[in-house]
Amino acid sequence: MEPLTWTGSIAFLNPLLMISLAAMLISIVVWILGSIVLPEAPLSINVDGTLNANAGLRGLTQSALRYSFMASVAVTLAYLVLGILMGTSAGIIGAISRQFLPVWLSLIILFAMSIAFKRRLGLYGKLFDSPIGMIGFGLVMFWVFTGIFGAMDLIITHDPLSQLSGMKNKVPGTPVPSTDEGQYAWYLLGGDNLARDVFSRMVRGAWEVVKIAPFATIFAFMVGITLGLPAGYYGGRLDTFLSFLANLILAFPVILLFYLLVTPEIVATGVPNYMAAVLFVFPIIFLAVLLNSRFYTRPNFRTPLLIGVLGVALWFYLSMISTGGYIIETETYRIWGLPTYLDLFNIPGGILVVFVSVVFVNSPTVFRIVRGLALDIKTRDYVAAAQTRGEGPWYIMLWEILPNARGPLIVDFCLRIGYTTILLGTLGFFGLGLPPESPDWGSTINEGRKLLSIYLHPALPPALALLSLVLGLNLLADGLREESLKD
Amino acid sequence: MGLFILKRVGIMLLTALCLTFLVFFLTNLYPNLEKLAKTQGNFRMSDEQVASYLEKNGYLQPTPVKYGEWLGVLPSYRHTNEDGSVLGRCILPGTTAEESPNFCGILQGYWGYSSVFKEEVSTVVGTRLALTGRLMFWVMLLMVPSALILGILAGMREGSATDRTLSTIAITTTATPEYVSGVIFIAIFTSSAVGLKWFKGTATQAMENPTFENFFLPVLTIALYGMGYIARMTRASMTEVMTAQYIRTARLKGVAFPNIVMKHALRNALIAPFTVIMLQFPWLLNGVVIVETLFNYKGFGWALVQAAGNNDIQLLLAISVVSVFVVLVTQLISDIGYVYLNPRIRIS
Repeated sequence: MEPLTWTGSIAFLNPLLMISLAAMLISIVVWILGSIVLPEAPLSINVDGTLNANAGLRGLTQSALRYSFMASVAVTLAYLVLGILMGTSAGIIGAISRQFLPVWLSLIILFAMSIAFKRRLGLYGKLFDSPIGMIGFGLVMFWVFTGIFGAMDLIITHDPLSQLSGMKNKVPGTPVPSTDEGQYAWYLLGGDNLARDVFSRMVRGAWEVVKIAPFATIFAFMVGITLGLPAGYYGGRLDTFLSFLANLILAFPVILLFYLLVTPEIVATGVPNYMAAVLFVFPIIFLAVLLNSRFYTRPNFRTPLLIGVLGVALWFYLSMISTGGYIIETETYRIWGLPTYLDLFNIPGGILVVFVSVVFVNSPTVFRIVRGLALDIKTRDYVAAAQTRGEGPWYIMLWEILPNARGPLIVDFCLRIGYTTILLGTLGFFGLGLPPESPDWGSTINEGRKLLSIYLHPALPPALALLSLVLGLNLLADGLREESLKD
Repeated sequence: MGLFILKRVGIMLLTALCLTFLVFFLTNLYPNLEKLAKTQGNFRMSDEQVASYLEKNGYLQPTPVKYGEWLGVLPSYRHTNEDGSVLGRCILPGTTAEESPNFCGILQGYWGYSSVFKEEVSTVVGTRLALTGRLMFWVMLLMVPSALILGILAGMREGSATDRTLSTIAITTTATPEYVSGVIFIAIFTSSAVGLKWFKGTATQAMENPTFENFFLPVLTIALYGMGYIARMTRASMTEVMTAQYIRTARLKGVAFPNIVMKHALRNALIAPFTVIMLQFPWLLNGVVIVETLFNYKGFGWALVQAAGNNDIQLLLAISVVSVFVVLVTQLISDIGYVYLNPRIRIS
């Protein structure tokens, strides 16, 4: 097998890409300079009272930017489309874009559906009015789909954990020495220092993030909301106490906390299990109070609903915190949990401690945000109206204040998933928690950096992947903020 | 104002006590002590040997008692060997049990003995902190002015081309954690694969002899991540000020735009970023740990990693005291500074 070059037979696109990128860069600079130097476009008033705005020189710089941007996008698309069609004959880029085919298809379907029905989709639909938001959403969904399909073994070319002899630190596009039947013939992004496929590890790393970050953020929000709403609404002693606790955790340097919490020794003492048992209760409390405060006037409906929802929630809770029949199992003592035949899933101790500490680090910030919003919103008229109607405090908090605080909370949710991704990367970078051969991005960057002065390819793909995912989440949050402010 | 500061200092002390107790509790869990015993003795110690080592050094007392000893409010533990010699926390090598004091905790100014560096904790923390202080100084010098300029230029005309571009740059830098930007910088500027070789990939030499070549990349890496955030806050504050009534009045009066920005808007727009910059210190601490590991600069963050990795209890406690102190003092400064800068706020 021949080694692959980067672009293969579509190399004729390279000069085109160079030209369009250069044109875009130049036009950005001109655009910025123009916005400072050039006069604003003059308005002329017509006889019938309408206004005419001349495009002028400013308009010219703007359209130059637009066209050069479109040209760059078109060339990039050409790379991808030709790559999908030609596969490995279009070089590494072609091969990679063909491997990502399921992701492209899902993205196209998702965007087509969303844009077609955007007027009926509320805030989510409005996202597709803002180019920044769309770019962010596209980046995020790219990695989400990559994570999901990668976990289903669709995109990856080799097993991310297996080592092939002779592939140590090989450059991108190196053919695999002995091709067995059905094995992919190249290491698309090269091999790392243990002769594993960098491309497959990067793809599988997306799954590590996708499976932990959103859930950890949701749990942090549940904890923060359940504690922040009463702190802001009631104020007083409760507020002082909870704020003190939140500030206590916030005053702790995150990395020190991780170094203290996420170690095998701490896992052995069962501390993470206690923390999980406490932190995971909050979603149940949240659900119970949420439903009860709404439906307590209709006991016939409320009681079966609560029994059903809480039953399922408790079952999940117990399966989450108990492993192998025990909630806590140390050498000296153990606490009984859910029996094994009822246990839905087991979370390995390493993942659990990562999850718990990420939730623990994030929830005080969410608490502060929710508390601030509650303090602000509780002075509004509709809250006063609900109080006059005789609604209970929890109804007011959860059904009057919370829905009206959703805008900032959704924006912060996106930013916080990004921050959680960074935290997970930090954990991996210091080799904490996750197993050493785990393909998550932080660990891969850490392994790759040791040989960075000679081999770039093991460290750069996960670094760029993490960068683009977090950037996507930030842009998405920015787009959402802009659109929710337009209301 | 005096009462306010007094109250804040009280809360600070309470927080520091709670946090150090937390660190104390976590580092004194039995598996951690076992690890400490094995790194100090040897890795093939039997369970009995570990227990006797811990017993001899007083690690098996109840945690509150040990915490009291560390604070210096309880007399420290002494162990008499079979041959009659006495071991204890206060008895330093070369002194006898009779001449050494009964109490030795942080109240007496004794921070303990680091088991990793084989030195007194106070010297370790002092030297490492000086190195990190130098790093932080240059980071601040690079980060604050560039972030403020970026934010003011972006917020000056909301929605303009400059604003869009600068905001995108700011978002990109906040989305790039230190371990990503550091790796990318090392790859581009130092590796032989790209071949630019403008800078050095490690900052080890910068500890004795900092030059632009070996010190710029770590400083830039930390500064970039914090810069975006401060720039965004400055931009938000600047846009808010630019829509204020008195700015409109100034424009209608015919004041030139540069004058409006420099003389009317800037002072009010810089109040909010001041707090943000102060609150950025704890975040920089994180960045310092990552960058010092990445560039092998043996400062405070590097010492933290070493101490935590080897369960060096005394050093970890000292480090957490220092970092909690930094966080709380910057919070206090930001609160007080906010009141001074913003005459609309009064503390009753």
